[in-house]
Amino acid sequence: MSTNTVRMSDVAVVDDPRSTTPNGSSSARTTADAGGSGRPPAPSPVFGQPARARELKNQLARVVMWCAFLLALVPLVWILWTVLSKGYHLLIEPEWWTNSQKGITSRREGGGAVHAIQGTLIQGITTAAISVPIGVMTAIYLVEYGRGRFAKAVSFMVDILTGIPSIVAALFIYAVWVTTFGFQRVGFAVCLSLVILMVPVIVRSTEEMLKLVPNELREASYALGVPKWKTIMKVVLPTAFSGIVTGILLGLARVMGETAPLLILGPYTKAIATDLFSGLMPTLPTMINQDRSESLQPAVDRVWAAALTLILLVLLLNLAGRVVARFGSVRK
Amino acid sequence: MATVTGVSVADTPGPDDRSPLQGDRAGTGRLGDRIFGGLAKGSGALIIALVTLIGLFLLWQAIPAIADDKVNFLFSREWDVNNADNLRFGIVEMLWTTVVASTIAMLIAVPVGVCVALFITQYAPRWLSRPAASLVDLLAAVPSIIYGFWGIKTFGPVYQPFQDFLRDKLGWFPLFSKTTVGGTGTILFIGIVLAIMILPIVTALSREVFAQTPVAHKEGALALGATKWEMIRTAVLPFGKPGVISAAMLALGRALGETIAVTIIVSALAPGTPWSWSLLNGGETFASRIANNAAEFDSPSKTGAFIAAGLVLFILTFVVNAIARIVIERRKAFAE
Repeated sequence: MSTNTVRMSDVAVVDDPRSTTPNGSSSARTTADAGGSGRPPAPSPVFGQPARARELKNQLARVVMWCAFLLALVPLVWILWTVLSKGYHLLIEPEWWTNSQKGITSRREGGGAVHAIQGTLIQGITTAAISVPIGVMTAIYLVEYGRGRFAKAVSFMVDILTGIPSIVAALFIYAVWVTTFGFQRVGFAVCLSLVILMVPVIVRSTEEMLKLVPNELREASYALGVPKWKTIMKVVLPTAFSGIVTGILLGLARVMGETAPLLILGPYTKAIATDLFSGLMPTLPTMINQDRSESLQPAVDRVWAAALTLILLVLLLNLAGRVVARFGSVRK
Repeated sequence: MATVTGVSVADTPGPDDRSPLQGDRAGTGRLGDRIFGGLAKGSGALIIALVTLIGLFLLWQAIPAIADDKVNFLFSREWDVNNADNLRFGIVEMLWTTVVASTIAMLIAVPVGVCVALFITQYAPRWLSRPAASLVDLLAAVPSIIYGFWGIKTFGPVYQPFQDFLRDKLGWFPLFSKTTVGGTGTILFIGIVLAIMILPIVTALSREVFAQTPVAHKEGALALGATKWEMIRTAVLPFGKPGVISAAMLALGRALGETIAVTIIVSALAPGTPWSWSLLNGGETFASRIANNAAEFDSPSKTGAFIAAGLVLFILTFVVNAIARIVIERRKAFAE
């Protein structure tokens, strides 16, 4: 039968004739398909075609949408392709993952990015360790406790925080950390400015997830006499856990690629450095920034490779976030 | 992932002013409840304190520098902060570059982004829409330094002939007149790279809103005989409009504050270069000037000048965000 080859998206169109003609063999399929495709049925041609001008406009819009999509795809795919093709050959050398750039000049090939990867990871994890408690507790406040003017003010401030440019966050930390207290520029100061950027992301995503937790769960817990804080800790948070983790991972992916705070607060070094509180600390964005205006081929290659490493790191966090979201979403 | 609307539970009172989530009075006043509730409220207070502190600190460090400024802070084109006794700095040139580059980016990215979002939600065949959406989400997460580096290394040489063409053929038009900048470090090119950078953000957020259009609205339009495009115009776009506006505002905030991509690309003008309205001129945005001089933050007065520039940028993005917030508030009133 020819209808067996019809794809899901076309089913809605062929539904009508099949449901009117008695056809026992396909009736079961029809009901299943009708449930499966949530699309509105296309207008039946029986009622006549739309006027030609309207039809033309409709086709024009379709063409414009396709063109916009293809147009947008060009630069985006181009970027990924450029970074991939220019960066991969250094990444497949084991040296890239085991060595630092210590003692390697722009003229020389070799060396790795392990110092920068370590720096990015250390700063990212420290940032997350500070931001997650603040962000999650603020979201809990907004969803579970906050009513009235104070809560509205908090929500408004989170919006403002979302919009703060990274360079302003960095300037603020500079004004506090270096100008006011007279400390040195160190990795921890970078983390503090990244916290400003990460907290609003966590608040908003956690809030969305907490709102998805069915109210019946809370009420059932209260009915058993469980105190509110225990209800939140043992019922609400575990239910929303995977969503919260996803939000945290996406936020982490965003702050790991931030460069502006590093320019102001985290100067680059070629050696491995893991101390957050003293000395310089290399990261992937500053590694790219360091050699970005070099014209010598080994240095340019390393910049592309560092860019690819950074994209891979971000991609990995994104994928991890999606996997967590898929396998642990709030169950109905 | 982050919500488009930015509206919290706290902002939406339920019927009878009860919150949508019950259990407000479930707190028992026991020690654990008081500690936990206090911690939650404390985090909220911390956020408020943080934003207030950011504003105050920037003001506190910027005001003395502005007071010492020998030229008009708002309208001067000079920027010379090396002599602490004779500070001369003004923001008008940076303001022009920042606003114009962001405007170009918005003019390109918003229409294209909305069309791509419509394509993904309404037009794309099912096998295409999921991967396309994932690709857009991934690109929204690509760090901006990579956009900047790609822009100057790979895209710049391809774009150069286009710019030369504009300059040679349309040079009589003030926006495209010839300037001292010959390469790709122009405002127009920054605008285009910024557009490519914020396109995934606009698309991802608009897509989320369009996907939420009630099926009943769409079916209603189709049942009345609307073509697909008419259905989109009468059902999907009006529903998604506030979301698109706030997505555009978020993207505008990102474009205004973008640092590293702009810093990599832009050609700074030498002091004393005559003023030009041309889009093919160089110039610096607030963020790129701060970033370019980050290594020289040594004396308080000098740093103060840059912090003053940062303060203006903060105010600029604050205003943009406040507008987005107002748009959302109005939509809420409309929906009720």
